[in-house]
Amino acid sequence: MQIFKKSSENFKQADKNLLLMLKSNNHIITILVILSFIIFFISFTVGRYGIPFDQLSNIFLSKLLGLRKSWPDTVETVLFSVRLPRVLAAMIIGAALSLSGATYQGLFKNPMVSPDILGASAGAGFGASIAILLSFNIIETQIFAFVFGMGAVMLTYILSTIIGRNNNAILVLVLTGMVVSTLFSSFISMTKYVADPNSKLPAITFWLMGGLSSINSKDVLILAITVFLGAVPLYLIRWKLNVLSFGEEEAKALGIDTFKIRILVIFCSTLMTAVSVSLSGMIGWVGLIIPHFARMLVGPNYKVLIPTSILLGSAYLLMVDDIARSLFSIEIPLGILTSLIGAPFFIFMLLKGKRGWI
Amino acid sequence: MKLEVINASCGYGKSTVVKNISMNVESGEILCLLGPNGVGKTTFFKTILGFLKLQSGNILLDGQDINNWPKKKLAESIGYVPQAHTPPFPFSVIDVIIMGRTAHIGMFESPSKKDKEIAEEAMNTLNIAYLKDKIYTEISGGERQMVLIARALTQQPKILVMDEPTSNLDFGNQVKVLEEINKLAKKGLGIIMTSHFPDHAFLCCTKVALMQKNNVFTIGTVDEVVTEENLKMAYGVDVKITSAINNKGEKVKSCVPMIN
Repeated sequence: MQIFKKSSENFKQADKNLLLMLKSNNHIITILVILSFIIFFISFTVGRYGIPFDQLSNIFLSKLLGLRKSWPDTVETVLFSVRLPRVLAAMIIGAALSLSGATYQGLFKNPMVSPDILGASAGAGFGASIAILLSFNIIETQIFAFVFGMGAVMLTYILSTIIGRNNNAILVLVLTGMVVSTLFSSFISMTKYVADPNSKLPAITFWLMGGLSSINSKDVLILAITVFLGAVPLYLIRWKLNVLSFGEEEAKALGIDTFKIRILVIFCSTLMTAVSVSLSGMIGWVGLIIPHFARMLVGPNYKVLIPTSILLGSAYLLMVDDIARSLFSIEIPLGILTSLIGAPFFIFMLLKGKRGWI
Repeated sequence: MKLEVINASCGYGKSTVVKNISMNVESGEILCLLGPNGVGKTTFFKTILGFLKLQSGNILLDGQDINNWPKKKLAESIGYVPQAHTPPFPFSVIDVIIMGRTAHIGMFESPSKKDKEIAEEAMNTLNIAYLKDKIYTEISGGERQMVLIARALTQQPKILVMDEPTSNLDFGNQVKVLEEINKLAKKGLGIIMTSHFPDHAFLCCTKVALMQKNNVFTIGTVDEVVTEENLKMAYGVDVKITSAINNKGEKVKSCVPMIN
C-alpha cells in the first residue's frame, strides 16, 4: 500500500513536471515564433492570384542566393509590390494594437480596456472622414487621422485633469475617454450625413470598416518606424507595468513616478494606435482579446506578456487578413472580420469567468 | 532612523482634515494610530507616504525634509503595507513580492537574480516560502496580508507604514500578523500602523496616538493613552480595561466594551 502510494505520488510529480515544461513560457514563445513564420509564408500563397508553395520557396531561395530570375513578372509584382507590404502591414498593425491594448490594461488596472478607450480610434476616424470629405490625398488623410487621434487623447487627458484634480485619476480618465469617444463618433456620423452619397459616403464608410487593400511599401515604412518608436519604450519599461497594475498608490509607495510613466505609456500607445488606424481604418477587438489570450497562455507578468502579445497579435491579424482576402471572390473588410471573430471569443472568455474582471 | 512629523496639517485640495499633528517614530518602535472612522487616519497616512501634499508643517527623515524627495528615494526608506485586496491580474506570489525591489532597480531594468534572493529571504523571514508559486489572487486573506508584508520587507525600508494590517483577518491570523510585526520591530524597523482595536495596541505597540474628532490628538505610551476615559471620549462607548497574566508572568491589558 505504502509503495503504491509512493509510486502514485511520483507519477503525480512527473505529470506536474511535464505540465510545467509545456507551460514554460520560453517554449510558448518559441512555438509562437515558429507559428508566425508558418503563417507568414502561407500568406504569400493565398489570394486572388494563387502562388503554389514550391514556386514561392523557389523564388525566396533564388532571391536569397542571388540566382537568376526564372518566374514571370506578374508573380514578382504580386509578391513584392502587393503581398509583401500587405503582409508586413498586417503583422505590424496586429502587434501595435495588441501591445497598446496590453499596456492600457495594466495602466488602467482593468482587463476590459483597449486602445480606443481614450478616444484614439474615434478621433482618428473623424480625422480621416473629414479628409475624405474634403477630397484630400492618402498621405494627407493619414496625417489628419493621426492628428485628430492624438488630439482626442489630449482632450481626454486635459479634461480629466481639470475634472479629477488628482483624485481617482484613472476612473475619471476612463469616463472622460468614453465621453470624448462618443463625441467623435457623433462627429463621424455628421460627416457621413453631409457627405455626397454617390462618392464620398461610400469612401468614408469603406474606410471606417477597416482594411489593408490599399497599403503600399511607403505606408509600411512610415508604419514600421512609428510603431518601432512607440514600442521600444514600452518594451523597456515592461517590468514596471506589473507594479503599475497594482494601482496608483501602491506603485507610488514602491517608488514609481506614476505621473511620468502614465504620460509615457499613453503617448506611446496612442502613437501606435493612431498610426495604425490612419492606415487601416477601424480594426476593433484586437487590442482587447489578444492581450487576454496572451495572459491565458503565459500569465500576467509583463516581462513575458509583452513579447507574447506582440507575437500573437501579429500572427492573428495576418491570419484574419488572409481570410479576408481569400474567403470570397470580393474582399471582406478586415474590421468586420475581427469583430465577427472577436465578439464571440470575448463572450466565451467572459463565460469562462475569470474572477476580478468586472 | 527617525521619522518626525512636526505640526503637520493634511487634507485634500483646500480642505484640511487634520491639523497640527506632531509625532515621531524611531527604529524598533511601533506606533499605533487609533481613532474612530472618518477622523483622518488615512489622510494622515497618505501624506506621510507622499500621496498627498503636506498643507503645512514638516515631515523629516533623520532630520531631512522629505517634502520634495522623488518617489524612488522615499521608497528606499519608507515601505507601505496596504490593506489586503484583490488585483485584477493573477500574478504569482513571487512576482508580487519581487515588486518590492522597484525602488532599487533602474527605470529600464528588470529584477536580477539577487533581487529574487532578497524576495525569497523575506518570504523565509515570514515563514511563507510555501506560497512562492501560488497565484496571489487565489490565496487566503491572511496569506495575502503576509505577502504584502513580505513585499514591503523586500523593499528593505527603515520605516514601515501599515494600513490596518489586521483588517479582514480571522482571529488567529490577526494574532499571527501582530506577532510578525513585533518581530520586525525587534529587528530594528520603525513601524506605524493603524488599527480599529485598542487591544492590538496593548499587544504590540510601544507608542499610541489617539486621533479624535475636532483635531484632538493624544500621543504617548500605551498605558497613558489607552485609558477608559480616552476611549469613551474617542469612540463614545463605555469601556473597562482589565488584565490577564501571560505565560511569562507579565501583565497584558485588554479592553472590554460595556453593552447595556
